[in-house]
Amino acid sequence: MAKPMHPTPNLDQLETGPWPSFVTGIKRLAKDSDMAVDLLGQLEHSYETRMGHWKGGTLGVVGYGGGIIPRFSEIKNPDGSYKFPDAGEFHTLRIMPAAGMHYDTGTLRKLCDIWVKHGSGLIALHGQSGDIMFQGASSENVQKAFDEFNELGFDLGGAGPALRTSASCVGHARCEMSCYDEAKAHHQVINKFLDDLHRPALPYKFKFKFSGCPNDCTNSIQRSDFATIGTWRDNIRTDEGMAKKWFAKNGINTLVNTVTGMCPTRAMQIKATKDVAKGEHITSVALDGSQSLEIDNKNCVRCMHCINVMTGALQIGKDRGVTILMGGKSVLKIGATMGSVVIPFMPLNTDEDYEAYLDLAQRVMDFFAENALEHERTGEMIERIGLANFLEGIEVEIDPNMINRPRMNPYTNMVGWDEEVAKAEARKAAAA
Amino acid sequence: MAQPQVRKPVEGFLDNKKFLHPKFAANYGNWKYHDRPRPGVLHHVSNTGDEVWSVKAGTQRQMDHYTIRKLCDIVDKFGEGFMRFTMRSNVEIAVSSAAKVDPLIAELEKNGFPVGGTGNSVSMVAHTQGWLHCDIPGTDASGVVKSMMDNLIDEYRHERMPNRVKLSTSCCEINCGGQADIAVVVQYTKPPKINHDLVSAICERPTVVARCPVAAIRPTIINGKPSLEIDEKKCVCCGACYPPCPPMQINDREANKIAIWVGGKNSNARSKPTFHKLVAAGLPNNAPRWPEVNAVVGKILKTYQEDGRPWERMADWIDRIGWPSFFEKTDLPFTKYMIDDWRGGRVNLNASAHVRF
Repeated sequence: MAKPMHPTPNLDQLETGPWPSFVTGIKRLAKDSDMAVDLLGQLEHSYETRMGHWKGGTLGVVGYGGGIIPRFSEIKNPDGSYKFPDAGEFHTLRIMPAAGMHYDTGTLRKLCDIWVKHGSGLIALHGQSGDIMFQGASSENVQKAFDEFNELGFDLGGAGPALRTSASCVGHARCEMSCYDEAKAHHQVINKFLDDLHRPALPYKFKFKFSGCPNDCTNSIQRSDFATIGTWRDNIRTDEGMAKKWFAKNGINTLVNTVTGMCPTRAMQIKATKDVAKGEHITSVALDGSQSLEIDNKNCVRCMHCINVMTGALQIGKDRGVTILMGGKSVLKIGATMGSVVIPFMPLNTDEDYEAYLDLAQRVMDFFAENALEHERTGEMIERIGLANFLEGIEVEIDPNMINRPRMNPYTNMVGWDEEVAKAEARKAAAA
Repeated sequence: MAQPQVRKPVEGFLDNKKFLHPKFAANYGNWKYHDRPRPGVLHHVSNTGDEVWSVKAGTQRQMDHYTIRKLCDIVDKFGEGFMRFTMRSNVEIAVSSAAKVDPLIAELEKNGFPVGGTGNSVSMVAHTQGWLHCDIPGTDASGVVKSMMDNLIDEYRHERMPNRVKLSTSCCEINCGGQADIAVVVQYTKPPKINHDLVSAICERPTVVARCPVAAIRPTIINGKPSLEIDEKKCVCCGACYPPCPPMQINDREANKIAIWVGGKNSNARSKPTFHKLVAAGLPNNAPRWPEVNAVVGKILKTYQEDGRPWERMADWIDRIGWPSFFEKTDLPFTKYMIDDWRGGRVNLNASAHVRF
């Protein structure tokens, strides 16, 4: 039995309604946790004052420079003691879940057991970067809790100016749109840069995210410095049986209004089967006895829309790899910026492919560490120095896939024009 | 003297293979297609003909261990021992036969986990820590989310939106909740209030000066102590100075407002990804149930539901009908604050004669 509850008239109103209530959950904890009782007291005080009342601090575990988010209550009695003493220290441990956030029930129960023993019993699944957030440990118990999580095979996540915990979509494990092994790339990247993750020494945070296809379920273009997105170079594949079944069920109006009409590059046409074009880049599939769907793959931008609508009938190609975008970030301080294309395509299948991929990541991390200003994200750095300089620094050749359109102002010195033309010719010759 | 025993940590990112449902492991990278037999259920078929059903249910994200153990009990008894979580705190429980789906759904619903969130439904809100744990929060994200999902649970359980709807809630302007079809984000309306007694002891002043996006902060001496001052005419009330310098309090009981942004889209499907755009502000931070915020979110969703065409995301719908129609149909006031005057903002003006009458 825990100590008596504080009155919580505001929080009580969050116990009504059909969606699962976090307040009801914390009250369950409060039956035998003084920390949860005082957490509710502190949170109710925030609802009354409409202000937050936690402050940060410095706290860590042996051997690491980050991963613990310290929180001390700012609500004090006149004598300086905590008004809600059992939640006076209420620190979070960021722990990396396995890629794809998969669990077996046995492991989840063990994580719960450890957190009841050393912490509040409150767990957020998951934080916005993808950590398990174990919320509510006293300063004394942080190390004990970490040691037990670590014994179970889990490691701390990132915090501060460091490589951060990453996220990958469900991908290969359960998705037909997955173009590469997201979990493998995720796993290799984190393990390669563990030191940058655990011991913050970068100019600012750096995030990788891994999405298996351009549906980008991990929101990598908007939320990561280094977005690895699966794609393919050859043609969309088809299954005629499934295409005919889809067409019989949905009809011509739905096909026109929701598939061909929504193709962003008008790469699809409906044709009489006898008139369908032939060619290396043409995909076609019969819809019934007379009509076919024709796709000009040369003009397809791999947006995923038609494959999302006609799942199974249309499928991703087989020559797969990744498109890499860099420089995505949220608001601070220049406004939100998206990542932009740095690698239009690289294969990610063989060991050599992975080696080339990790080398690229290393060059980017090194360049960021050496050239970004303090508290400057990759996107801000690229904006400051220009994409061409960034590419030179990471030894990547320019490519027209990197731009929406060429520059629309004359304000640059083009004295090196002839040399750049020679480079362009050399690139063309190398690609041929 | 003997050193105290210190445990050496084992550093490394654990492999996910042992946590995969056996069907996921057996068909890894070899799936063919999926369909949705009903809202809340995904049915995946592999190239070998193997099938798996995933039942998706909502959670409160901030879970007590009893809730997690309850999920484990359900998964052991009605599932097959494995589950995964989505980026929006939904749980997905895989089973290898269709017959197990209905009993699993019934058990989840019986225990208060709503089943849904698939396809063209309104999914759970991606959100931040808020008053529960953040050191700079302007509101309580968990409370805002609970109040919204109580209203939207029917749309979570059904697939009757034009396309999927992703929501987010952020408890300060840094927007850790992320881009979304509809984002609920704290909006500050007053410059920080500075406690000059504490600045020199707590804040690294050059860092704070450098943090300001509009160069409105400068070092000064107040009552003989080094401090900082703000050019309040320049200040855009973003709160960026507050995290590195807590004596520059940006939060205020009355001046903290809530803004609503729409049309963020991370997917590359159809159009390129887009950021969300400001469509409402000045809503009160009205804990514990935020009725004004809920009214605006509900109105936008209902308008989109009635007016959007199949497969149009919020951003696609607004692209088609245009912003004047959006403001007209949602009955939201268009104000001068929606006209972008940040650097590069002129690209957001209508430089054409394309006008809808």
